[in-house]
Amino acid sequence: MLRLLWLVPALPLAGFLILVILGRSLPKRWAGVIGAGSVGLSALVTFAVAGSYVGATALPDGIFVQRLWTWWTVAGLHPEIAFRLDALSLVMILVVTGVGFLIHLYSTEFMADDEGYARFFAYMNLFVASMLVLLLASNLVLLLLGWEGVGLCSYLLIGFWYQDPDNGHAARKAFVVTRVGDVALTIGLFFLFHHLGTLDVHELMTRASAQWTVGSGLATTAALLLLGGAVGKSAQLPLQTWLPDAMAGPTPVSALIHAATMVTAGVYLIARTHVLFALSPTAMHVVAIVGTLTLLMAGIAALGQRDIKRVLAYSTISQIGYMFLALGVGAWSAAIFHFMTHAFFKALLFLGAGAIIHSLHHEHDIYKMGGLRKQLPTTFWTFVAASGALAGFPLVTAGFYSKDMILGSAFSSPMGGVWLWLGGLVGAFLTGLYIFRVVFVAFYGEPERELERTPGGLIRGPLIVLGILSIVGGFIEMPGTLGGVHILTGLLHRTLPALPEHAATGTEAWLEIAASLASLAGIGLAWALFYGRRATVEGFVARPTGAALRRFAHSGLGFDWLYDTLLVRPYVWLARINRRDVVDRVVRFIGDVCLALNPALAAMQNGRVRWYAAGVVFGAVLLVGLVVF
Amino acid sequence: MTATVPVSYALFLAILLFGIGTVGLLSRRNMLFMLLSIEVMLNAAGLAFVAAGARWAQPDGQVMFFFILAMAAAEVAVGLALVLRLYHQRETLDADAADELKG
Repeated sequence: MLRLLWLVPALPLAGFLILVILGRSLPKRWAGVIGAGSVGLSALVTFAVAGSYVGATALPDGIFVQRLWTWWTVAGLHPEIAFRLDALSLVMILVVTGVGFLIHLYSTEFMADDEGYARFFAYMNLFVASMLVLLLASNLVLLLLGWEGVGLCSYLLIGFWYQDPDNGHAARKAFVVTRVGDVALTIGLFFLFHHLGTLDVHELMTRASAQWTVGSGLATTAALLLLGGAVGKSAQLPLQTWLPDAMAGPTPVSALIHAATMVTAGVYLIARTHVLFALSPTAMHVVAIVGTLTLLMAGIAALGQRDIKRVLAYSTISQIGYMFLALGVGAWSAAIFHFMTHAFFKALLFLGAGAIIHSLHHEHDIYKMGGLRKQLPTTFWTFVAASGALAGFPLVTAGFYSKDMILGSAFSSPMGGVWLWLGGLVGAFLTGLYIFRVVFVAFYGEPERELERTPGGLIRGPLIVLGILSIVGGFIEMPGTLGGVHILTGLLHRTLPALPEHAATGTEAWLEIAASLASLAGIGLAWALFYGRRATVEGFVARPTGAALRRFAHSGLGFDWLYDTLLVRPYVWLARINRRDVVDRVVRFIGDVCLALNPALAAMQNGRVRWYAAGVVFGAVLLVGLVVF
Repeated sequence: MTATVPVSYALFLAILLFGIGTVGLLSRRNMLFMLLSIEVMLNAAGLAFVAAGARWAQPDGQVMFFFILAMAAAEVAVGLALVLRLYHQRETLDADAADELKG
């Protein structure tokens, strides 16, 4: 069954091709069937492959490589189109195809009234195909192909409703900001090839650990360049500004970009090249600090948003900050575990938000919702399950176990520390606060308006499946104090190294209690402020300091303003000064000379035969003169 | 054999004829006279060929002259036909009057 691996990215790609070529002539029904079906089949193949991978214990290093053909051969670089399956990529493709399929299924109903139905599914399929290429690539060149493909599709999908210029602007912003990171990544690849002579992941990691010592400058440079790419794609500080604006796309797109694909590409890249990062304690430390700062910053920013999708966007940034924190302290498996649970509950949150928006005339403002608990019961219960998972509600949610694993690692890992742990703990408190603020404001209170329509089965189905996954998804990995289930880490440790040592059971229990309390405190505060006494908050916001704080949080801590002032405005100013471009002047000069000579030459063409004859004579005399003298 | 005429004399005569033809071509405005001037120039070239052929005792010079004769006849036939068409159209033989092709 492992031989079927190539079908996993090939099926969505085929779906994309069919939809692009036949899209306009296909009836909507068929476009939806092809769009969702190709990803569904891909998910089935993935499950089959996963079954045989788990059974196959004889694989060398737990890696299965399927080589298809050599892409090109230039100057010693001959990347192959080859797919590499190991525990890491297996978990990733399972989530991507599984959650991706649910999102596609949901989209068939959500986008039913849209004119660009086939175009939407074509982009979505290409998105999933690119992501799968990225995950399965056995060398970094192929990974870059998927990486850029994902970037392209995010541009296309964020700007899907292209008739509104704002959406086009958001799409461009996403593309340009991630491009900054992509340049760093590309330079990183050049750097690695220059020094190690290969870009095959396995070979690269072997050579890196053989040639570079721990803490060497070369390893740090390479790791930091890769980190630059990861930071751009995963919307971490300082390149996080594109993600909240990326909400301009249709809601299933937000779910796909933020839950299953694109933004986790950075996490995957670091986990994939973990050997390199392990060689550089400095780079690891930077990763952890970036993660911690991002999760705090995004948590605060999420508190100031009114648009439900923007709350979720900042929450995504914050949760990926947790994954970076885990990567930075060497808890590779914890990061992937959190990636998995996050994919479940964040996809569910976005799809739930989409169901609300769908039912309420495209209303995004949570303060104009209210009372949806009775009107949309399925959405309400699944949304609460996902919010609980996001906030890490103790014991019964998936998010609790993954976040707890990260916090535990941040505390006990030799590369971690109390400060990182404390940052994560404050982040957990903020998470509970901002997400239950949404729950209490949007779902409780009096209904503000009539529903336009109620979601149908194709919307409710994925919500329920994801809701169940958000609850039980965490039970495959539980800490020693709570039964010690290690299914996921057992699998992942075939590929990723475990943390060297674990904290004593006593400390572990204390850490879990602290994390639970932080999360419960956040939820409780949200309940007190937004369910009980809304007036307190309104009174606070009415005061000048409160209003300023709210504006500060609403603007995402002013990063947009900062970049606007530091980069965009000076650039526009320079462009304005250089309006009469120097290079243009050189080019124009040639044109001006020609134009100046034109009248003189044109005057010579006066149509008189004798004049032309005189010209011939003059030329002949000149030639003869040249020959004779 | 009688005393021969030096070849340079013949060539000077050819240059002279060619120059007269050129000046005629450039100074005259009447089409017919321009054609006549061209004939003079052609014959000057022919004379140079014949003189050179005599100097080196080769028949090629005279052969070339025959070519020039034939060509001149053809040229006059075409040229006169064009002059006639022009005269029919414009009622004049002034070459400078036909300057529509100016740039």
